[in-house]
Amino acid sequence: MIRNAIEAHGLTKTYPGDVRALDGLGFTVEAGTIFALLGPNGAGKSTAVKILTTLSRPDEGTAHVAGVDVLGDPGRVRRLIGVVGQRAGVDPQATGRENVVLQAEIHRLPRRERAARVAEGLDRFGLADAADRLARTYSGGMQRRLDIAMALIHRPQVLFLDEPTTGLDPDVRSAMWGEIFRLARDEGLTILLTTHYLEEADRLASQLAIVDRGRIVAEGSPEQLKAELRGDAIQIELASPELNGRVPAALAHVDGVREVELAGTELRARADSGPARVPAVLAALDGAGVKVATVSVARPSLDDVYLRYAGRSFEAADNERRTA
Amino acid sequence: MTTALAHSRSMTTRHLREIWRQPWYVAITLVQPVIWLLLFGALFKRVVEIPGFGGGDYVDFLTPGIVVMTALFSAGWSGMAVIEDLNRGVMDRFLVSPVSRASLIAGRLGQLAITITIQSVVVVGLGLAVGARFPGGLAGVAVLVACSVLLAWSVGALSIGLALVARQEETLIGAVQFVVLPATFLSAGLMKQSLAPGWVRSVARFNPVNWAVDAGRAALGSNVDWGLVASRFGLLTLLAIACGCVATRAFHAYQTSV
Repeated sequence: MIRNAIEAHGLTKTYPGDVRALDGLGFTVEAGTIFALLGPNGAGKSTAVKILTTLSRPDEGTAHVAGVDVLGDPGRVRRLIGVVGQRAGVDPQATGRENVVLQAEIHRLPRRERAARVAEGLDRFGLADAADRLARTYSGGMQRRLDIAMALIHRPQVLFLDEPTTGLDPDVRSAMWGEIFRLARDEGLTILLTTHYLEEADRLASQLAIVDRGRIVAEGSPEQLKAELRGDAIQIELASPELNGRVPAALAHVDGVREVELAGTELRARADSGPARVPAVLAALDGAGVKVATVSVARPSLDDVYLRYAGRSFEAADNERRTA
Repeated sequence: MTTALAHSRSMTTRHLREIWRQPWYVAITLVQPVIWLLLFGALFKRVVEIPGFGGGDYVDFLTPGIVVMTALFSAGWSGMAVIEDLNRGVMDRFLVSPVSRASLIAGRLGQLAITITIQSVVVVGLGLAVGARFPGGLAGVAVLVACSVLLAWSVGALSIGLALVARQEETLIGAVQFVVLPATFLSAGLMKQSLAPGWVRSVARFNPVNWAVDAGRAALGSNVDWGLVASRFGLLTLLAIACGCVATRAFHAYQTSV
């Protein structure tokens, strides 16, 4: 058994029009774990998946999947991986069963086993009853499950899931999380998933890398990354924006409060045992005449991690892309 | 090799099934050539009387033309289904699986061959029913179908290639409209070449549609000029191979752009 299921080094990719999708991206994924590439839309996650799954080629860099060189022997990589892309990849004019059978034929599963394996795959993802209906009659969640059943029919070593829960209802999403989690636990499958949901990476991944502008800006387990932030986040909504200038001076001498940042009427700061510091912070603001609308204290989240490493909040990065 | 064949067969099955599930589409692809044959047959019935045409029955003359024209039309639209696959993500899924690009193309061309054979048999059958006579018999029909399929493979491969590069239905529709009808009229499909203007004859000599019509019509007639049939058949085979290579290259172009 190889130790690292995925190794990527210095991947760069520039699309026509000088769009730099990847800028020296590299990471490793230990076999048998769930690894998440987390980042806003357009950060380069999908490009990375396209390269690792042999769909696209990098301008520079190297990558190995299941120990095989992606650029040197793409044919072999394709036999060892399962891929669920961002777009469904399901043929809507075929039934669920026909979709899976086609994948079984492509992977040349022995004829004797084929029907049984296909039935088993459909059953496992709750599609046994709908197996002989056209896939275009499936709900979004069913199509996604069919997609995964298709990707797993040849028992791949590494499964790529590109934004597996985007566009799904919240309850379908959490059911999908359960299924992904079981796949890694029961089969020793290595799973690389990309997501722009912080919660998804936090819940599923044992290791994650934060991608921003085509580079990895932070890597580790969700706990490690959150622990690096030391302390709780205090968020305060200010009610008197004209007095904002006084805030930094007012908070400069409050014990145990650091990383004070002010954006508009929103004040963020970090403190060990945050709830205990709130009275002192409020007193300091009150003393400076600054009025407070709301106060909240939170344990560090991946959003904070993102803010720290990418220099902007996750939402801001996402919006920036959308308007760009 | 056996893998490539098995993959091509799986893909052909998929495409045939998709067509079969659209009864209206099946009806239209069968009714349309019938309408061409009956409409043109009636409209131009008396062109055989023009001095130099050589007399005979116009439907005898027209039937191979309509068979080739139908094959050309069917093949031209091959790329549309490719664009649908691209839009749905189905194509990307195939490209990251062990199926070869050649098999993806061969699968569509296999479906095209079967569709065109059926359409040709319907047109020839109808021609016979309305009184046409083909002294070349079954062998003649086989040559006509084979040449039509070769032409369709060339045009179908180019249509698939264009779909992969342009990835837009509008572009493909424009290109097909631009090519298909002029290519038909710049051949002996509907009108004897000896009655066409000199420049049309010059163009037709290099028109693959005309190669297919010439070979098919010669094989259906009496006293078959097998030399002519063989030369046209050879040209069409070379063209089909070249176009297949172009379509395979188009996959590389697509993959460097994603």
